[in-house]
This record gives sequence, C-alpha cells and structure tokens, in this order.
Amino acid sequence: MHNLTIAEISKKLQEKEFSSKEITQHFLDRIKRLDGTYNSFITLTEQEALAQAEAADKRLATGDAPTMCGVPIAHKDIFCTQGVKTTCGSRMLENFIAPYDATIVSNYKTAGAVTLGKTNMDEFAMGSSNETSYFGSVKNPWDVECVPGGSSGGSAACVAAQLAPAASATDTGGSIRQPASLCGLTGLKPTYGRVSRWGMIAFASSLDQAGTLTKTAEDSAIMLNVMASYDAKDSTCVNEPIPDYTATLNDSIKGLTIGVPKEYFGEGLHPGTELAVKNAIETYEKLGAKIKEISLPHSSLSVPAYYVIAPAECSANLSRFDGVRYGHRCEDPKNLEDLYMRSRGEGFGPEVKRRILVGTYALSAGYYDAYYSKAQKVRRLIKQDFVDAFKDVDVILGPTSPSPAFKFGAKGDDPVAMYLEDIYTIATNLAGLPGMSIPCGLVEDKPVGLQLIGNFFAEGKLLNVAHQFQLATDFHTLRAKVDE
Amino acid sequence: MEAKEIEKLAKLARLEITQETIDETAKSITEVLALVDQLQSADTGDIAPMAHPLDAVQVLRKDEVTESDTREQLQAIAPATEDGLYLVPKVID
Amino acid sequence: MQWETVIGLEVHVQLATQSKIFSGSSTAFGAAPNTQANAIDVAMPGTLPVPNEQAFRYAVMFGLAINADIGKRSVFERKNYFYPDLPKGYQTTQLAEPIVGTGYVDITLENGEEKRIRIHHAHLEEDAGKSLHEDFHGMSGIDLNRAGTPLIEIVSEPDIRSSDEAVAFARKLHSIVTSLGICDGDMSQGSMRFDVNISVRPKGQEEFGTRTETKNLNSFKFMEKCIAQEVERQIELIEDGGKVEQQTRLYDGDTHTAKAMRSKEEANDYRYFPCPDLLPVILDDQYIDEIRQSLPELPDARAIRFTSEYGLSPYDAGILSAEADVAAFFEATTKASSDAKLSANWIMGELSARLNAEELSIGKSKVSSEQLGKLITRIKDETLTSKLAKQVFDHLWQGAADVDDVIETQGFKTTGDDELAGIVDNIIASNPQQVDNYRAADEIKRKKMIGFFVGQVMKATQGQANPQKLNALLQEKLG
Repeated sequence: MHNLTIAEISKKLQEKEFSSKEITQHFLDRIKRLDGTYNSFITLTEQEALAQAEAADKRLATGDAPTMCGVPIAHKDIFCTQGVKTTCGSRMLENFIAPYDATIVSNYKTAGAVTLGKTNMDEFAMGSSNETSYFGSVKNPWDVECVPGGSSGGSAACVAAQLAPAASATDTGGSIRQPASLCGLTGLKPTYGRVSRWGMIAFASSLDQAGTLTKTAEDSAIMLNVMASYDAKDSTCVNEPIPDYTATLNDSIKGLTIGVPKEYFGEGLHPGTELAVKNAIETYEKLGAKIKEISLPHSSLSVPAYYVIAPAECSANLSRFDGVRYGHRCEDPKNLEDLYMRSRGEGFGPEVKRRILVGTYALSAGYYDAYYSKAQKVRRLIKQDFVDAFKDVDVILGPTSPSPAFKFGAKGDDPVAMYLEDIYTIATNLAGLPGMSIPCGLVEDKPVGLQLIGNFFAEGKLLNVAHQFQLATDFHTLRAKVDE
Repeated sequence: MEAKEIEKLAKLARLEITQETIDETAKSITEVLALVDQLQSADTGDIAPMAHPLDAVQVLRKDEVTESDTREQLQAIAPATEDGLYLVPKVID
Repeated sequence: MQWETVIGLEVHVQLATQSKIFSGSSTAFGAAPNTQANAIDVAMPGTLPVPNEQAFRYAVMFGLAINADIGKRSVFERKNYFYPDLPKGYQTTQLAEPIVGTGYVDITLENGEEKRIRIHHAHLEEDAGKSLHEDFHGMSGIDLNRAGTPLIEIVSEPDIRSSDEAVAFARKLHSIVTSLGICDGDMSQGSMRFDVNISVRPKGQEEFGTRTETKNLNSFKFMEKCIAQEVERQIELIEDGGKVEQQTRLYDGDTHTAKAMRSKEEANDYRYFPCPDLLPVILDDQYIDEIRQSLPELPDARAIRFTSEYGLSPYDAGILSAEADVAAFFEATTKASSDAKLSANWIMGELSARLNAEELSIGKSKVSSEQLGKLITRIKDETLTSKLAKQVFDHLWQGAADVDDVIETQGFKTTGDDELAGIVDNIIASNPQQVDNYRAADEIKRKKMIGFFVGQVMKATQGQANPQKLNALLQEKLG
C-alpha cells in the first residue's frame, strides 16, 4: 500500500479496493514502526487521522468524493493546525497548540484528505539540512548518515521512507526543492501568491511559499489543485484563475523551448550532478524540446541578496515570540527586559539567533542603505534577468542543488557553506517564480534533482514538463531502501 | 564584527547571547556579512528597490466587525493571565 | 534675554471605524479586557493583516480638509521595538510614502489674527494596547483591545510659537476631525492624543534650539500646562549655564509633571522597513474625487456661512461653528426659535455654563435644541423675561418636558401690562416721600433713585415684571 502514489490511492479508494481507514492505519503503523530511525515526524495525530478517515469513508461511500478524499498526507509543522501542536521545529513553540487552521490545512480537510501528523523541520524553516530542529535532526532514508536537506526535511524524509504518500512543505530559498533533490522526490514551489500564507508561520514573508513534496509530478498537480486558492486573509495572495493542474499534464512538449542558464554550471557543482542534469537535457531533446543556452547575469548575487532580505524580514517576523501571549517564557523573569532576553534567548536556537542578528544589523541606522536597500535593488535586477529570459524560453532548467546529500555535521560550523546549498534555488524565491525539483539520477547511490523554473503562474506548464520527463524516465520510481 | 557590537545588536533584538557563545557568534556573523558584502559590487544605479516579487496592489477590506470574542481560546495557551489580562513583569515607563 | 518658543505637534487621532485597521475585531470602547483582541490582534503565529478601506477613506477626508496632497500610492512599514502592549514587536505604520502629504491648517489667535500652521504629513498606523499598572502581584496586566485601532498621526511643522497657538491648533484639528465625522473626539477616552516637541531660542535667532518631546498628553489643558512648564524648564536650564538635552519626556496627568523617559543616546533604533505582508495601496483620482464631492461642511466654511446666513459676529460664528455637534445644535435651536442672535447667546451663555459645570458634551445636553428654541420664542413674545426664562431653563434642565407647561404650572408668566400699571400706581401712591424726592432730583440722581421703585414693583410682582416695560412706565408716571 505504501508504494502507491496519491493518484493510485485515490483510484483504489474510489473503487473501494481498500478503505481510507485501512490505508490510514497502514501508514500510522509504519510511522510508529519505522520513524524512530528517521525522526521525520514531530507529532503524530492518530486519533484525528482515524476520525478523518472514517468521515472520508462515508463520503467515498456516496460515490461523489473529490480526488483527495481519504488520502492520508503529512503537514510540515510550520502550518497551524487547530487543536494540534504546531512547533515550527522550535523550543519556542514546543507546547504551542494553534487556535486555528492554516488555509492550506483547511483546504485539504475540505477536500477530505487525512492528516497523519506534523513533520520535522529546521527551526522556523531556517536551514538546509534539518540539523537546526529543536526536535533533533532528520535522517535521509537513502543514507541515514546523511541529511535529508531542509528546511522541509521531515516532509521529504517521510515521503522518501514511504511513511506518507505526500506532504505539504514550504520554500523560502529552496526548502522544498533542495530536500526533494536530496531525497529523490518531486518538489513543487508555486508562484509567490498562488497559495495562501494564512496560518503558515512566517520566516520571510516576501519569499515564503507553500508547496508539496510528492513521488510524482502528477501527485503534485493533484495536491496543488487542492492547495491553491484565493484567500482574502492573505493580502499577498493573488486572485488569478486556478486551472485544473492535472488537465495539462499530458500536453505534448514538442517545440517547447527550455533555457539552460550557463551560470548554473559553474564552480561548486558536483560533476555527478552535472552529468545527471546534462543527461536530463538530452532526454528533453529526445522529447522534442529545443534547448537554448541563456544567461541570468546576476545569479551570483542571489545568495548575498537573500541573506539580507530573509534575515531582515525574519528579524521582525520573529519579534512576536516574546514570552507574553504564547510560547516559551523563561522562569522567574526579574523584569521585563529579562523576560524578553531570556525567553527569546532560550526559545531560539543558534541559527535562528544568527539570522535575527544579521537582519537586525542590516536594518539598523546607518546600514539600511548599504544592506537592505541595496539587496532590494539587486532583487529587482535578479527578477529582471528572469523576465528577460522568459521572453525567449518557456521553462528554465538546471541543477537543484550542487551535490547529493552530505553527512551530518559536514557544514556544521560554517554557515556560509550551508547557505551555498541553495545557490540555484534562491533566485526563484527572490523573483517569485514557480520552481520544481524532480529526480534525474543517482550520484554515489544517492538521488540528485533537476530543477525546472516556470514563468509566473505557469505551474500548469511546469507540471506538464515534469510529468513528460517522468513518463520517459524512471528516476522518480527509485525508492530508498527502508529497513522494514 | 566584535563581541561588543554583537551585544548591542542582541540587546536591540532582545536576544540573550551567552558569554560562551558570543565570540563564536561574532565570527559566524562576520562570515555572513562578508558573503553579503558581495552586493556592493553590483551596479544598481537608479534601480528602484523591490519589496515584493509581484507588482500587485493591496486589496482593501470592508469595514465590518467579523470577529467575536475568542479570549478564552487564545488565553488557554498564554503563559500567565489574570482577569483576562496578559501578565508581564511590571512595566516601568 | 528674550526667548522664543518653537513648538511642533504630533497628533494621534483614533478613527471612528467599526473594525480595526488590520482585522475584523470591534473597536468599541470599554469592552472587558482582551475580548476584542482576536488572533491577528494578539499576533498569533501565521496571522496576517488586511487593511480596512474605511480607514483610508477617513485619512483621505482629513487630507482633503487640510488642503494636502493625497498619497495615491502609500506603503505600510514596520517600526520595530519591543513593548508588551505591542504584540507583533513592531508597529505597522507609514513612513516614506504616507497617505497624506503636506498641507496646512489656519488658526485664529486671540487677537483675531489668522496664522497658518503647516502640516508636514499625516500617516495611517495602528494603535497599541494598554498596560495596566494596578498591582497584579507585582506584575502589569496587558489589555490588547485597543491594539490595532486605526490612527492617523498628524505631524505639524515647527510653526507654533506659544502654548496658546498650540492649543488653538489642537482645537482646530479637533474641530476638523469631528466635523468630518472621522473621530468621535472624545479626549477622555484617548480618541485624540498629543506629543509636543518643544525648544526655545533667543529671539531673533534663526537656528532652532535643542528640542524635547513630551508624550502622552490627552487634553488641551494638560498640553497648555506641559508647554508652560517645559518652556520654563528649558529657559532656566540655559540661563543657569546648562544645556537642553534631546530627550523624550512623559507627562503624568495625575501629578501634572513630566519626566525624562530616555535620552538621545538611548533612543530606539526602529529599523523601519516596508511591511512584506502588505502591498502598496493605490488610490485613483476617481476614488479621491468621490470623497472630495461628499465631504461634509468644514468649520471654516461653516463660520463664514454663520456670519452671512445668521448675521452672527465673526467671534460668535467662530465659536458656534468649531464643533459639528455644537453647530448642529445652534442651527436646530435657531430653526425652532427663529432668532439666531438669541439662540447664539443662550448656547454660549446659559447652556455652555451648565454643560461645563456638569462636564457634559452638547450631545448629552439635558435641554434639547427644540426646548431651547421654544423657550426663546417665549422671550420674544414677551411671555417671559430673560430672568424668568433662566428659571424655566432650570426646570427643563431638571427634566421638565414642555416650556409652556413649566410657565403654566410654575406661574412664571410676565406680569400683564394692565396689572403692571396698577401695581406701579399703587407703589407711587404709597411712597409719597420718595416720589417727592425723585421729582426734586436732577437727571443723574434720578437714574439712581428709580431703582427703589423698580425694587418695590419687582417685589410686588415676585420678579415677573418685564424690566424694560417697567422702566418706561415708571419714568412716564413719575414725570
């Protein structure tokens, strides 16, 4: 059962081959049996899941249930879930029971999907290895000595270990695509504004976007159909028509122009990864696509710009965690200052603190122009690179991350080395474009991903291009060996 | 970035940084700032700063009261309350 | 040395919207603590703001009223600082691109001169909650009901030169925002609050002195006191060879003293930056024109109309037109009495004295405009003398409903002409000595001596004689 994709589970549920309760129980049992190894879940919501499954079965019995009805999934622990702990991977929210559902959570509930639990993540989504979680690091199912990537490492690992058929996730600088790459999954970060941010705990508001980690592009399309909605509660959510993303999966990509940025194949790219991506380009050529070398001249500035903008926004976004109304509060505060300093000092881990400090610095008097304002200008240049590129190409292709999964601690005390993990993914967030990562080969027996970047709100095209690759290849069907 | 500057920033951000970790913090932040300083090489001439990826404009809400009292629910997760108030160490202006 | 005071005001005006600026919580005053603070207002993780259109409409109304440029594009920014009444750890406000640009307000000084005070800009922002300092076992209590109430902060140029000017300016703003109906104007509930920037300089010097900012003034009286104290403090300081330090001071309304909160060195670094949860607000010409067309009458225009339409003196017109509710009361009274001058006198005299004594706003007056109007018609038709009318007014104030009923039941009617003539004859007849004295006296002495007869008649009529008629009658009959 756990080998199935969402599309397959949905079909079997509709055909009554098994019930939602049966498959939900199957995954719950697997999580309980196997997740001790991976640590991909922070909270398991067994009771709620079984109740939701029962309700889904009733709906399925009417013969008129939507595609995701009865399908169990996991949610990244960054999404607020009413009555269920939402930790954001932080001690700060160790005991935080959200009083409401995130919009995407209620979208999935409305669609009848079942929530298995909440997945582990880098603290406040800050990290690329899942080593910053207060609840311990997550192991990569392909090699438990390696990181699963981050920040959505729990969502990636649970799908890779087949503890859930799919999971929700978020991506601020690569937090969906990089773990997808490192865990052999299909990851989708939609256009900024495509999916509501209401109830998604903010890291960097102008970069954060919710998306999915699945086994296939088809499953991503099914997930996005439910996840995307116009939400008046999020001012940055865009009221654009939402097509049926599964409807265009099988469109021919003959004559499609794929741009390959020369800047994405420079120093730092693992030769194995480079080869896998080059092979993928050949596959696309065989499928009838035209390949065109392009230039995104400001690519090298995306990481520096990001590490001003994201910390600046996070330094303000995380000010609300002050020990007054919810969250961690230090013991016996001497005075107000002490309450703030210690509650926040104890509640946040080192990476979160580092980013708050960098952001505070970048916004402080005398540095705003040199850092924050400069980074915002560079951001425009980076976006313009893409706007220019999309005049000539339909989709942009390159590697997702520089190399396959690395060992725990490998980039431990060097934040900059860790930040460079997202060198190919960050520009997409700065520009607000949709991006995907799909498996394109194994390097050192570990998966590597191919990144696809689409034009604004062209998720349909992106999913189509990814699906066609998956029809022609079987990298996405390779599974980590799980010690059953 | 020196320890003293870190202390100033930490005060501004209300973050306790222990004495044991302060040098390490200073060192890593210096590294991050070195990375970030690459921005200075960019020619941004008369480019306008970009705050949002999309050129969208704000949609305004109608002036209606849509919320009811949820105090009990919200304060169920509060660290300290009394008589419906959130309690904090004495505020001295 | 002669000193000159330089003052700039920052005025916070709570906008009279139903819901908050970024959430659908009610803004009603006086609810139980935190019952009007929803998930957004208490800054629950994952919550997001959505701005209230009415707040923008009100801000634009204000901008048009002060002849300001309207920001067709305005941007919210975050002002970062930690305080328990500020749940997000930042205040969402406007800085670089505010909704209202430069404008001006004209004030009338006591000597009748007009003075123009320039407005630097006015911006939209959210109010903070309240810290309650009563003792909760050595803790403070935080009520976030007020957090997120929409405010406009109006920032003046340093054009004000005295506390009188400052008060006149503040009153004028009060008059504008209440006339527009964008603020309830209730100072006791903090609907309007002032921060005052004060500096002094030797008369004739162009350069400004070092200024201090005193926060938290919520009445005109406090503002007047605070300015006087602060000016005196600064002058003394300088004359004693000291220096004014740039600092923020907090005014205590209980002790009527201000003390330093923080100096420039300790000043907050607010780290403003555009709020990434909100997008630029774009208002088009049509939107602004529609508001312009539907603006209610402003105090200045109303004052001009009161002089031309009702023949009031500019002084009376100024007083009666300043506040929308007073102006409306005046017009309704005039309609009922058909006498603008008498209506004006009664409102500025008797009624205003009563309202002040009981600290009531005109909206809560115990005598309605209809009642007052009718009372005035009874003066005009000589049923009542003004002295009697004041007694009738008393009864109305105590709760009596109808003017004529009061006159009837209390016997307040002016003594009739024939009856009065009889009484006068009687008094003349029974006081021959005084009559003789009077007739023997010259004009000047007579004026004094007539008082005796007036007194006698008033006594006999229990004060209900019409004084003008009585005087004429006495002069005629005494010869």
